[in-house]
Amino acid sequence: MARVELRGISKDFGAVRVLHRVEVDIADGEFIVLLGPSGCGKSTLLRIVAGLEAASAGDVLIDGRRVNDVEPKDRNIAMVFQNYALYPHMSVYDNMAYGLKIRGMARAEIDRRVKAAAAMLEITELLGRKPRQLSGGQRQRVAMGRAIVREPVAFLFDEPLSNLDAKLRVQTRFEIQKLHRRLRTTSLYVTHDQVEAMTLAQRILVMNAGRVEQIGTPAEIYARPATTFVAGFIGSPPMNLMRATVTEGGRTLAVDGATIALPRPFAPLSGRSLLFGVRPEHLRLGGEAFEMEVEMIESLGADHLVHGRLGREPVIVRAGSDVHPEPGSRVRVGFEPGAVHWFDPQSTQRLAP
Amino acid sequence: MASVAPPIAHGAARMRLREDGFAHLILWAGIAITAFPLYLTLVASTLAPQEIAQAPMPVLPGDQAWHNYRTALLEGATMRLSPPVLTMMANSLVMALGITFGKIVVSILSAYAVVFFRFPLRMAFFWMIFVTLMLPVEVRIVPTYAVVSDLGMINTYAGLTIPLIASATATLLFRQFFLTIPDEYVEAAKMDGAGPMRFFWDVVLPLSRTNIAALFVILFIYGWNQYLWPLLMATDKNLDTIVIGIKKMIGTGDALTEWHLVMATTVLAMLPPALVVVAMQRWFVKGLVETEK
Repeated sequence: MARVELRGISKDFGAVRVLHRVEVDIADGEFIVLLGPSGCGKSTLLRIVAGLEAASAGDVLIDGRRVNDVEPKDRNIAMVFQNYALYPHMSVYDNMAYGLKIRGMARAEIDRRVKAAAAMLEITELLGRKPRQLSGGQRQRVAMGRAIVREPVAFLFDEPLSNLDAKLRVQTRFEIQKLHRRLRTTSLYVTHDQVEAMTLAQRILVMNAGRVEQIGTPAEIYARPATTFVAGFIGSPPMNLMRATVTEGGRTLAVDGATIALPRPFAPLSGRSLLFGVRPEHLRLGGEAFEMEVEMIESLGADHLVHGRLGREPVIVRAGSDVHPEPGSRVRVGFEPGAVHWFDPQSTQRLAP
Repeated sequence: MASVAPPIAHGAARMRLREDGFAHLILWAGIAITAFPLYLTLVASTLAPQEIAQAPMPVLPGDQAWHNYRTALLEGATMRLSPPVLTMMANSLVMALGITFGKIVVSILSAYAVVFFRFPLRMAFFWMIFVTLMLPVEVRIVPTYAVVSDLGMINTYAGLTIPLIASATATLLFRQFFLTIPDEYVEAAKMDGAGPMRFFWDVVLPLSRTNIAALFVILFIYGWNQYLWPLLMATDKNLDTIVIGIKKMIGTGDALTEWHLVMATTVLAMLPPALVVVAMQRWFVKGLVETEK
């Protein structure tokens, strides 16, 4: 197990800069998720930690040792690939043993480790099979087994669940969690799925366009998103964000000709034009905040998403499954006690509180 | 294609029967055209010389098979001073196997270099290999002969095989296959700590084995059937390959031709390629139906 520190990592592909001075300290035994949309640079960052890609600037430190020029195999880390990358002609056993064999480990020790990992992952009866005879979920386990037997100081996961169906994904997510609780190995996990990030991570690193938008625990990121990007990326459906001006000394908000009565006065920014954010689950039908026109109802079973407009700004309200407002009708909307958010429209940064 | 058709489908079934019959007719005609000369060769190889000389030649096998094959194998066509067919077959085998193994080894390694390594002028090398496709043996035969002759390799097995080993086709084939190997394997191997040659032995080579089997079949037949190069290269008749040997057995002008021996030699010449095809076919088909990626 080890600390992993990234110091000002930048990466250029030709003239294109895909990572901008990424800075993060990952504690020993921590499970950190790199979250972001496709092409945000999260996989590249992971591959730089693995040593499969060289950083254009900055340092990677593992347990305080600078490993920029250390070969991947000598970094003592293991990686689980998106497509698992199991060697198709080798049995499950050989796939798991291969890395150890190359290191010249004694046959008995290899056997012990492979069997122990197989037992932990419940794939003992699959050891003699070839990867093509396995289901997606089984392959995924073998890929993890291959990483575990190495007993590395850190695990790198590159979207390991994206090739699984929804049900298996939930189950495997749970198993990765259990595994981490048991092994306590420092883990970096790349995903574009916010549910995976929220459930697995001790801390999430949200990335966008090669920059770190926010680093924090899942609860922090949900409750206090640092930028409008994080606000819109975390949460489903995303946070409602609208251009607004604080009026009446902070008691109301002017949004495209309509008025919102705020739950708490917000005096410090009175008169300023800014971005106002509130999550759909922190709004309710009925109440005194504002009135909007209903455009569409999305039924999710457990609850309804009421899509409407306030002036031209779209607003989504998460409502109970017992309410059925007609599209075209006007409904009153109120705030739940949850937080409202303020962002600077130019910098998109969070404003107090 | 015997199937029990329900009465309602009777018309359709009859229609299909007619179509099937037509297809079979064409196939049988094709087989007859291909097989009849082979059959005549086989028959002629079992006849006595006088029987072959008759017109028309008998179309049923004679009783001289043992004698003809024994003479051909052990003595050759003595009237034309050819070496025994056994020697010629050994020469052909050395040449065909030399070309086959040489080509596979050289081309798989060069394709590996071109696909998996980044080195200066990589694409230039690739194109240089590619361009040689336009220069088959026949085109470059004079300069090749000059080089081989200067190296003192005339009338040697080395001279017979080495110039035919360099091969763009096999390199291209392996290159195309290597390009389909996912990058993740390379990266997984890097994480596992496998160096380039280790990766080649442990991953690339086992994955290529069906391609190698297919190439083996193609290249063996290519090597076995070589005519022009051995004709030019080997003036020593103890280095005659079987293809050259057959040609030399046939007399020109007034010279007598021992047709029964020529036919027996021809049959023998066809055996090894046929054996290779039959033996490798299992692998060949396996490689086509079974995808391991």
